[in-house]
Amino acid sequence: MARKDLLELARLDRGEIDRILDQAVPFKELFTRSVKKVPALKGKSVLMLFYEPSTRTHSSFEVAAKRLSADVTNFDVPHSSVVKGESVRETVETLQAMRTDYIVVRHGRSGLPEMIARQTKASVINAGDGAHAHPTQGLLDAFTLKEVFPEPERKKVLIVGDVLHSRVARSTTNIFLRLGVEVAFLGPGSLLPKHGAEQVKRFTDYATAMAWGPDVVYLLRVQMERQDVQFFPSLREYHRVYGVTTQRLRELDDKGIWLMHPGPVNRGVELCDEAMDYHRSLINRQVENGIAVRMSVLYSLKPGGEE
Amino acid sequence: MSRFLDAEAIEAGVQALARAIRERVGEAPVALVGIRSRGDEVAERVCRVLAEEDADLLYGTLDISLYRDDYEHLHENPQLQGSEIDFEIEGAHIILVDDVLFTGRTTRAALDALCDYGRPARIELAVLIDRGHREMPIQPDYVGIHLETERRDHVYVLLEGTDGEDKVEVRPA
Repeated sequence: MARKDLLELARLDRGEIDRILDQAVPFKELFTRSVKKVPALKGKSVLMLFYEPSTRTHSSFEVAAKRLSADVTNFDVPHSSVVKGESVRETVETLQAMRTDYIVVRHGRSGLPEMIARQTKASVINAGDGAHAHPTQGLLDAFTLKEVFPEPERKKVLIVGDVLHSRVARSTTNIFLRLGVEVAFLGPGSLLPKHGAEQVKRFTDYATAMAWGPDVVYLLRVQMERQDVQFFPSLREYHRVYGVTTQRLRELDDKGIWLMHPGPVNRGVELCDEAMDYHRSLINRQVENGIAVRMSVLYSLKPGGEE
Repeated sequence: MSRFLDAEAIEAGVQALARAIRERVGEAPVALVGIRSRGDEVAERVCRVLAEEDADLLYGTLDISLYRDDYEHLHENPQLQGSEIDFEIEGAHIILVDDVLFTGRTTRAALDALCDYGRPARIELAVLIDRGHREMPIQPDYVGIHLETERRDHVYVLLEGTDGEDKVEVRPA
């Protein structure tokens, strides 16, 4: 029986994860055809419910849904009655009346997508809730990693930045560990989680972390609009201590290390300008793969089914 | 009571299909595109027969899972296998190959899928087994075996390369 919602990766079993990743391969192959669209979700409707700004995830889901021939409606939150004080529950009741088949939700509050999922027959996909989860990011990162390392067991990924407040770090770490990847964190001590997976090493110093021998350096985005800024002395300081500087880029190149970042990149903060053209950067591939993986997610969920 | 076709009958069907295709296909290169799963194996076997005679053939496979018309009736969407078409579809002479032709719905889906790769000059249909009972205006150009069945019979096809043996079972509902 197919799953109704995708709320967090921890709830998927290994078989479900493998299936989503495996099916993303034929979806990606479609991108080279003259017609990139397939009729699998013809007549279905996808509602984009974004309470937080997002360009990448939003457009990635929108392209994915359209390539499956679904109709996409943007519930434009700032202009909707949310500003008039309508509660999320009332909004969902309205949406339910619209008989939408899939709802893609992003919200600053952890657990909100789940609340919506319980109230509606539509399939709900969590596109990021607070610091909790961002499951499709984890899936697309895993898919991208597996393209480079088809056998990812015991490969080493160093995740750099504000791990504590990052839902990307949470979801990506979850899936990487389940694929047998070794994960370590690098960041200011105050921004590394105290609890969580024991096998994850925690570094506060760049040189020590590099001595661990990562195959991939995964840079988290510094969230200017969120809480991060107050934890760092300055952006220039962050770049100096944790960023990929020109000098460190050469080290990555010498050691054959791959680079990942969920985007959008803050140039001069996480990455220096030259790193944007680094030949082992997977950042653009993450974007392309995000569409294929989200198509695979939409295709694998069944609205109205049982969780 | 079930009825069966054995390996010999199936091989004879493949040979008949290859013969029919050879007779009607002229000089221009032809592409056999097998519908997954099992249509691809039939196409491959026909290709093998014709290759012995140096026929100029291209081969591809087509997964029609994303083009079905019955998602509403499925608990789970079909597992995708992917298509492999490594030649230019535009202007090609294509023979779609399937194991069994029944309602014609799979062929309808395959035509849609194929046309999303480009605009072929011509598409024909070859089937190992035609069991009748069409629900769409679709007829085969080449048939290996004509099989009399009731509408509600189940026809199970096993093929050597996919299932380890050649066998067809017609089981009454």
